[in-house]
Amino acid sequence: MIAEARNPIIRWEWVVDEWDQIRAAITEHLTLTVLAMLLGIVVSAVLAAVALRFRWTMTPITATTSLIYTLPSVALFALLAPVFGNLALTTAVIPLAGYTLLILVTNTVAGFQAVPKSVRDAADGMGLTPTRRVLSVELPLAMPYIMTGVRIATVSTVGLVTVAAIIGQGGLGRLIFNGLSRAFWTPMTVGAGLSIILALTLDAILLGIAALVTPWTRRKAAT
Amino acid sequence: MINRLIEPTTGSIEIDGVDVTTMAAQALRRGIGYVIQQVGLFPHRSIATNIATVPKMLKWDKQRTHERVVEMTELVGLDPEMLDRYPDELSGGQQQRVGVARALAADPPVLLMDEPFGAVDPIVRGRLQDELLDLQNKVRKTIVLVTHDVDEALRVADRIALLNVGGVLEQYDAPDEIMRSPANQFVEQFVGEDRGLRRLGLNLVSSLPYHRGPVVPIDAPPDEGLKAAEQEGVAWVGVLDGDRFAGWASVDDVRAHDRLRDAPRTQPAAHVGPDNTLRTAMEQIMSSNTSVAVIDDGGAFAGVVTLEDIRAALSASPSSNGVQ
Repeated sequence: MIAEARNPIIRWEWVVDEWDQIRAAITEHLTLTVLAMLLGIVVSAVLAAVALRFRWTMTPITATTSLIYTLPSVALFALLAPVFGNLALTTAVIPLAGYTLLILVTNTVAGFQAVPKSVRDAADGMGLTPTRRVLSVELPLAMPYIMTGVRIATVSTVGLVTVAAIIGQGGLGRLIFNGLSRAFWTPMTVGAGLSIILALTLDAILLGIAALVTPWTRRKAAT
Repeated sequence: MINRLIEPTTGSIEIDGVDVTTMAAQALRRGIGYVIQQVGLFPHRSIATNIATVPKMLKWDKQRTHERVVEMTELVGLDPEMLDRYPDELSGGQQQRVGVARALAADPPVLLMDEPFGAVDPIVRGRLQDELLDLQNKVRKTIVLVTHDVDEALRVADRIALLNVGGVLEQYDAPDEIMRSPANQFVEQFVGEDRGLRRLGLNLVSSLPYHRGPVVPIDAPPDEGLKAAEQEGVAWVGVLDGDRFAGWASVDDVRAHDRLRDAPRTQPAAHVGPDNTLRTAMEQIMSSNTSVAVIDDGGAFAGVVTLEDIRAALSASPSSNGVQ
């Protein structure tokens, strides 16, 4: 009883006292997520383009990204730490980006494959150059799929960032590890809670962006 | 192949005397309207933007593009209110119209239509075919239309190239000519056994050599009327008041009166105009239970048509005046 009283789920004085540390953790968490997503999007765009252009590469690309996805994150962070240095941002960002690839590549490829053949035929028949067809017709039409992939990958990355705490990164993850190591509930609650809020907020923002860039999909539902 | 989505292996295709293989593919395609069965509208673009696709690529200015879009919308009979909508908000028939408007937007001299009406039901198809003919009367393009429907081909085409499996050209002719003299058994089978009857629908009354019939002016002496009837071997005579047809009078009635004007007349039961098909003329004659139809050219008497005239026309040399 005494222990519980001294170690409640959350102790608000701590939150107030350590606000600077919490804010820094949020910023770091956000930075890692955004950098990992940007890197993931760039790499997956290249992989998806290769897979779509050369169909035979689809299987090896899916296999490789699946393999990366299955690697235990704790082990991967630990493995890369000696390579890039314990505290380097790269050490955290590279594995985090790696985990996004399977979702992003799969969704991007599916998005382009979902473009109706008649639309591509019409685009070619009207004299669109292949580049223009891809950028101004196929990419927008693949956007709903791509954005779904980005949303799923972002939410999962926000969760995964906490694991990077084992190499001294990890934003809110460090609060969680901090609490764990001291059997002190408050930092864990704050870290986990904010991580969830961050994930939901980013998801909502991305949902808004998706709706903005694909206005025709909303209109369809209205009819 | 005409727009080089498929490259020809041998032979050449020329548009205005220029071999298409010598042109840049994209430039060539921008100069050819393209309509396909599944329409292929861009779902993420408004109807207006869809129609403006080629003008935009040709870098027309905004004002000109907009005017053209509105013009095309009216041409294909779409409500301009739809311009801001997306393709998925339109019905299949409306989408097909947008497809045609989009193909015509940059005013290409040639229009390619790949089974444009293949995906719609027969009633809508018939209406779209009529609209296509109307449209063609307005825009006067070279339209290459691919179809598997022989009735569609016979109905809309000026000339038909009948291709067998493997792209073997069996016959290239006007629809009436294909039915009048099929080049071989394949063609004959393809156009069907009732081709004689079908030809009725392809030839116009105006293609007949006009035949005046036993017709005399109302103030002519009765004897002249009797002579005309005798010449034609019939027992009645047509009376003409000015250039209007005033009715038929029987030979007996004409004999019984001093003046042709006084003989009782019956109004003609069958009327046709020069733009009617022979099918309509025949239908008129059959259903009115007479043996002759009067050709009425905007109120003026132009001649008569008998079943014998129709039969003679179908067995004569190809008409130069069929339905397009």
